[in-house]
Amino acid sequence: MTPQTQIALKNALRTGTILFVFALVGTAILAFTHNRTEPTITRGQLAEKRALLSQVLPATLYDNDLLASQQSVPPDDLLGTRQSSALWLARRGGTFSGVVLEAIAPDGYSGDIDLLIGIDANGTVTGVRVTAHHETPGLGDYIDRAKSPWIDQFSGKSLTNPEAKRWKVAKDGGAFDARAGATITPRAVVKAVKSALDYFARHRAAFAAPPAAKEKNA
Amino acid sequence: MITLDELRSLFHNGIIKQNTGLVQLLGMCPLLAISNNVVNALSLGIATALVMAASSGAVSSIRNFVPNEIRIPVFILIIAALVTVIDLAMNAFVQPLHKVLGIFIPLIVTNCIVLARADAFAAKNHPLHSAIDGLAMGLGLTMVLVVLGSIRELVGTGTLLSGVDLALGESAKGFVLHVLPNYRGFLLAILPPGAFLGLGLLIAANNWNKARVAQRARMAVPVAA
Repeated sequence: MTPQTQIALKNALRTGTILFVFALVGTAILAFTHNRTEPTITRGQLAEKRALLSQVLPATLYDNDLLASQQSVPPDDLLGTRQSSALWLARRGGTFSGVVLEAIAPDGYSGDIDLLIGIDANGTVTGVRVTAHHETPGLGDYIDRAKSPWIDQFSGKSLTNPEAKRWKVAKDGGAFDARAGATITPRAVVKAVKSALDYFARHRAAFAAPPAAKEKNA
Repeated sequence: MITLDELRSLFHNGIIKQNTGLVQLLGMCPLLAISNNVVNALSLGIATALVMAASSGAVSSIRNFVPNEIRIPVFILIIAALVTVIDLAMNAFVQPLHKVLGIFIPLIVTNCIVLARADAFAAKNHPLHSAIDGLAMGLGLTMVLVVLGSIRELVGTGTLLSGVDLALGESAKGFVLHVLPNYRGFLLAILPPGAFLGLGLLIAANNWNKARVAQRARMAVPVAA
């Protein structure tokens, strides 16, 4: 080994070690911060989920731990889902009292609109919230509860109120208002809520089955 | 330590003379994307300023131990670690705001202005000066963000500070200013074109102002002589 290569090797080793030490210190700092913040982050996420669920299903309707009742359901055209989605079963005094469904309105103005739909045991909508969307800000985004109370009009509706042919926006002769200039968005939401009710009607018997049989893998 | 004159020149440099948003035109992506309202703009600005102050200070204090050829990876490592710490802290303590700013917090790492200051200034200067330089640069960016955010929010929706409850909790909802009541909104301002137009106008105004000052200085010379 010539002296030059020896020096080069020594230099490379030195730089490598320095880089390694910095990587080590960086990793240690990150691990420490992660450790410190993780419980708070998880708690915040759970609280947020719980708050969202309570917006679509009134807390008076159930006495079980709604978050713990989460189940995964396979993709279904009525829910608009292409991957398995979640649902939460509400019970009061052990009997089925309602369900919260995750659904997608696939035909929004700019793609999917993610919805959370609460339905009570009688098949009446207790609340709907948009959890994610890409609708035009200031135009189609009034479906978001933070922007306007438009979405509240679904509460109290069911498959028979209004009747099936009036589950449309007012412009198409239906029972639901929509703002001028943005009808594609509400049309998609109305359709998705209606399909979710159809899904509920089809699966109600399974939802109402006794918990022991349903929650063994929960 | 640092003299008052040095302090003044560092802040003048960061906020006016070499303002990242209006003069250096570095880090445009977050500037354009997150300036759709005042609260988002201010939050991202403060997060960036904190990262810049901390990273410049850290880079400067280790500058003598880092061989020249690996300085960039080491700087990036420091910046990335600091940004991740801020990202985690924001996720833990201001979760709703963290959700709104989303990917733009981790992306502070790739904001070239942070690395540019680390390499151009912090690698050659005292830690205290470097931290202040980083802070001043960050504040300069924050000011542009806030002005652009105000213009876009005001023109776009007629409000100011909407969404302040995301940062400060439900009780802050009353801080939202409905400057133009019953305003119908001007969508373009909130959409991306509004960001380009707004920033363009701000740069033009800044250049016009500079030209005017220079003109006045030229006019003043013969009188003084």
